[in-house]
Amino acid sequence: MSEDVYIIGAGIHPFGRTDGRSGREQGVFAVREAMADAGLEWTDIECAYGGSAAAGSADIMVNELGLTSLPFTNVANGCATGGSALVSAQMAIASGFYDLALAVGFDKHPRGAFNAKPSDYGLPEWYGQTGMMLTTQFFALKIQRYMQLHGISRTTLGRVAEKAFKNGTITPHAWRRSPIDLDTIMNAPMINDPLTKYMFCAPAEGGVALILASEKKMKEIGAHGVKIAKVAVKTRPPDSFEVFQAGVSIKEGGKPTVLASQAAFEGAGIGPEDIDVAQLQDTESGAEIMHMAENGFCKDGDQEEWLANGWSEIGGKLPVNTDGGCLACGEPIGASGLRQVYENVQQLRDRAGERQVEGAKTGYSHVYGAPGLSAVAILQS
Amino acid sequence: MGALAPVDSDLWSNDGEPHLMGGRLPSGEIVFPMPQGDAAEGVEPVKLSRHGKLWSWTSQGFLPKEPYEGWGSGENEGPPDFKPFLLGYIELPGEVIVESRIVDATLDDLKLGMPMEFCLTPFSDTHCTFAYRPEKIS
Repeated sequence: MSEDVYIIGAGIHPFGRTDGRSGREQGVFAVREAMADAGLEWTDIECAYGGSAAAGSADIMVNELGLTSLPFTNVANGCATGGSALVSAQMAIASGFYDLALAVGFDKHPRGAFNAKPSDYGLPEWYGQTGMMLTTQFFALKIQRYMQLHGISRTTLGRVAEKAFKNGTITPHAWRRSPIDLDTIMNAPMINDPLTKYMFCAPAEGGVALILASEKKMKEIGAHGVKIAKVAVKTRPPDSFEVFQAGVSIKEGGKPTVLASQAAFEGAGIGPEDIDVAQLQDTESGAEIMHMAENGFCKDGDQEEWLANGWSEIGGKLPVNTDGGCLACGEPIGASGLRQVYENVQQLRDRAGERQVEGAKTGYSHVYGAPGLSAVAILQS
Repeated sequence: MGALAPVDSDLWSNDGEPHLMGGRLPSGEIVFPMPQGDAAEGVEPVKLSRHGKLWSWTSQGFLPKEPYEGWGSGENEGPPDFKPFLLGYIELPGEVIVESRIVDATLDDLKLGMPMEFCLTPFSDTHCTFAYRPEKIS
């Protein structure tokens, strides 16, 4: 029987662009905020897990934070870096080896779409040379087919982005803080049909830190924490359709998000109907739509009605991406998954200010990334 | 197109009627592209069908970063030299779904499940790659 684990401190460095501050410095900023939030000193932290995709190793943070000799493990897991850091920190405590652990993620990317090397993903060079090594194409290709099969309109794609920017206006850590109306979103330059410029998130900068504790330690220091009901990370099953795939099986395979979602619900002993607030991977508008169904919150095609009726807005039946998600916050890869968990921690502690979901007791977060992996975390207050 | 070099000499069969090359795994499953190196062990190269059905599609509206080598990527080139293109997935019945450029079509022409056929297309002044285009109704 493993120990229950709680998040007792959460810190964030605002997302966006911060000239003159490195990715790691933004991570250090977030760690200091998280420690202050928990009422702890760096010398109290017993172990740490963290990483970035493009801003260097996390363990060098001890230069700034203090040379306390704690074990600090670097996590390099692409888009799941934050999720994997969270799982590692959780297991360190659940196993009974430690009582206080840090999970941290940060990043700083150059402007423009991510560029990836084919060989890093086991692909031949021609795939990149001919212009297929772009994550944006995958999302467009996935939503294009989904729209055809399930009757999702272009307007619904626009509404997802409109909601994101609206939520961004009331989120201090968001990058995009101004509303953008539906017409502007729909008429913006086309990036990859059917997705326009405002329907995509952009690579960005930011840092997030979470402090995890055993129940015993939380009570001892009198902290106010939220319980990690379950964290599940799943890589792709056979015959799935993922980013950077030159060939796809004709058999319709499983999806890593469906697997992670089912494992998380099963582990937490609850279902989608019990969730009060959800943060779902919204690399672009279509991803949020498809992930609503893949995570079990609605049936394929029902998103059309959801968005038209505002059911995923703050105040709706299931608010989705209450801080504006990746669309309004940008995507610093190493920090993005932890931002979602940070947002749920704030919501569940009734500290989300203007974007607070009334009476939120159970929060759900989901991150998806290359080469086909998903991490889901369910938190309970 | 005779003058243009293939982007990869193993990508399609180099005969009168070129076919995209895939591989048949020991399980019988067909994969694309043909695996390389140790992963190719036990995989039998197979010519893939020249005809398929459109599975999904999109447009590429901006100049990709490295390692893109098409128009616009040259030393003295930039976004104005980029030629937007279409791409998608083509389901080759009973075989595999392949990601491919789509040519001789506009976005408005494309419909889920429409018949598509194999062809070659230039993507720079020096190289060509494979593509599928809407089948011509004769």
